[in-house]
Amino acid sequence: MSVAAGQGILASYEYLDSTVDAIERLRKAGFDDVRAYTPYPDHHIEHALGYGQSPVRVWTLVGGLTGTATGFAFTTWTSVDWPLVVGGKPIVSIPAYVVIAFELTVLFGALATVIGLFVLSRLPSVKPAVIYDPEFSAGRYGVYVEATPERLDEARRILREQEPVEIREGGAAHA
Amino acid sequence: MATVSTERGALTHPDVHRFEDVNRDVLKILGAPGKGWWALFALAATGVGVFFGAWGWQLYRGIGVSGLNQPVGWGVYITSFVFWVGIAHSGTLISAILFLFRAPWRQSIYRAAEAMTVFAVMTAGLFPLIHIGRLWHAYWLVPYPNSRFLWPNFKSPLVWDVFAITTYFTVSAVFFFLGTVPDLAAARDRATGLRKKLYQVISLGWRGTDRQWHHFGKAYIFLAALATPLVLSVHSVVSWDFAVSIVPGWHATIFAPYFVAGAIYSGIAMVITLVVPLRKVFGLEAYLTVKHFDAMAKLCLVTSLIVLYAYLSEFFLAWYSGEEIERTSFWNRLFGTYWWATWIMLVCNGMVPVMLWFRRVRYSIPALFVISIFVNIGMWFERYVIVVTSLHHEYEPFAWGIYRPSVIEMSILLGSFCWFGFWFLLFTRLLPPVAIQELKEVMPAPLRRQPRQPDPQEAAP
Repeated sequence: MSVAAGQGILASYEYLDSTVDAIERLRKAGFDDVRAYTPYPDHHIEHALGYGQSPVRVWTLVGGLTGTATGFAFTTWTSVDWPLVVGGKPIVSIPAYVVIAFELTVLFGALATVIGLFVLSRLPSVKPAVIYDPEFSAGRYGVYVEATPERLDEARRILREQEPVEIREGGAAHA
Repeated sequence: MATVSTERGALTHPDVHRFEDVNRDVLKILGAPGKGWWALFALAATGVGVFFGAWGWQLYRGIGVSGLNQPVGWGVYITSFVFWVGIAHSGTLISAILFLFRAPWRQSIYRAAEAMTVFAVMTAGLFPLIHIGRLWHAYWLVPYPNSRFLWPNFKSPLVWDVFAITTYFTVSAVFFFLGTVPDLAAARDRATGLRKKLYQVISLGWRGTDRQWHHFGKAYIFLAALATPLVLSVHSVVSWDFAVSIVPGWHATIFAPYFVAGAIYSGIAMVITLVVPLRKVFGLEAYLTVKHFDAMAKLCLVTSLIVLYAYLSEFFLAWYSGEEIERTSFWNRLFGTYWWATWIMLVCNGMVPVMLWFRRVRYSIPALFVISIFVNIGMWFERYVIVVTSLHHEYEPFAWGIYRPSVIEMSILLGSFCWFGFWFLLFTRLLPPVAIQELKEVMPAPLRRQPRQPDPQEAAP
């Protein structure tokens, strides 16, 4: 992404192993900005791209804990704000509030997870993608790499080695 | 050299070979609807009219047009509320719990089941609003700072219910929508004209990049992990609407697990009821095989046994407790005014599913369809028995009474099925009713190099 003068090449493959090989060789050759398009999540490709843990987990945790705290705080505060004895129970009845706290844990946790996902994967994206092929949502795999002009030939050669169905070259534009 | 193994497939869809086939077979459903669809849609739309007409009449005339009165203040509306919430539960079970347990047979049915969840909660959520009578006061359920300085009573199970149901609706709608996003992108890539514009917007610009999949996969796991305890909590909270009170027949610690098992039982039956026609009409035989129905039937059988056990233990404990009122209450269930409802419940939920022990029945889709209808009916009557027979025959003989549902109540009940069907029919035409992307995950990936021969011992299930 930082390669301002870089140029992008997009190769689409019919086979999973060709795709994985292409990614691994590009990365071995020192191309850092390699992207893959797949019709479904594939762990071989994630592995080839060297992904670790997704920070979505932090969003889930923080959201969930916020929900728990909100649930207990809100029920306690409203009970004290309007202290009415119901059913002979204490004004602040923690066991009853566990239910509210639990539901809010799930609610906040789930919503935070989705917001986290949107932020991290840059969704929704309204920009039309220059580099994309509708076949990627059907059955083809795509590998996109950005390279400086002097390394363009090398990138092209590595992608060609794995017998792509198609190779497209364009500007450095992708989401 | 990357070593890529693809043995994960094989067990589910023997007749589907290429990823492109999945897109072709599923996305063609989104084409122009046929006459049959329009006929059903017109029927459902009429029913929705009846539903809102009857509700409008009740709003205009007052709650007196229903059969609700002392001592039976909870009737068909609350029965139907519990019924529809229960229906919703197995959708989340299939989409979230079986996802966490990595049950591969869920892949082809989970989208339909999840849609069922969302629409069933949408239906269930209307019933408390219908039941309260004065709809214009419904916002009192929501805690908000007001000029009267009042807050809801958070010690009341009814307020817990408000939180449980709204959370459940929000989370299952989000979970459902998120799961469809990659498939909406697939629909976008094949659609033309106005539909393309629509899918472009609702697919949120999904491209299937590695980064998107990476975070999507993790987010999906966490949502499933949150939805799993949620689904168990929601029906527990619904059961506490009853169990926290002291009405004989309601005040039992068994209620939460009993309700959760019943919910999943009725929901699985509803999934079968919905998926059988879906498979037939849209030609999805290759994706929904008898193996899938066998798995659903087994789940139905297991939950039917739990439910039957709960019935029997309720009767046993009523007798064993030696408590006069509890004993009378359960005797009254079996042989009192509403004996027929109890026996419908026992026969439909306890006896009919015994047939599922037989492999031949589990492998016969027409038989499963018929059994599922019986279970749907039985589970509605289960809630009717719990709600009505307990209330009509409480402690004091002078306060006993009879409840008869009015025409308005029955119209709203029947209309609620149309309201549900209305959304489900729209769903089958606008969203891919089978999860394209997840099916590909259980199919063998295309390889250029021949995969090594699978070791027969390793491949054995």
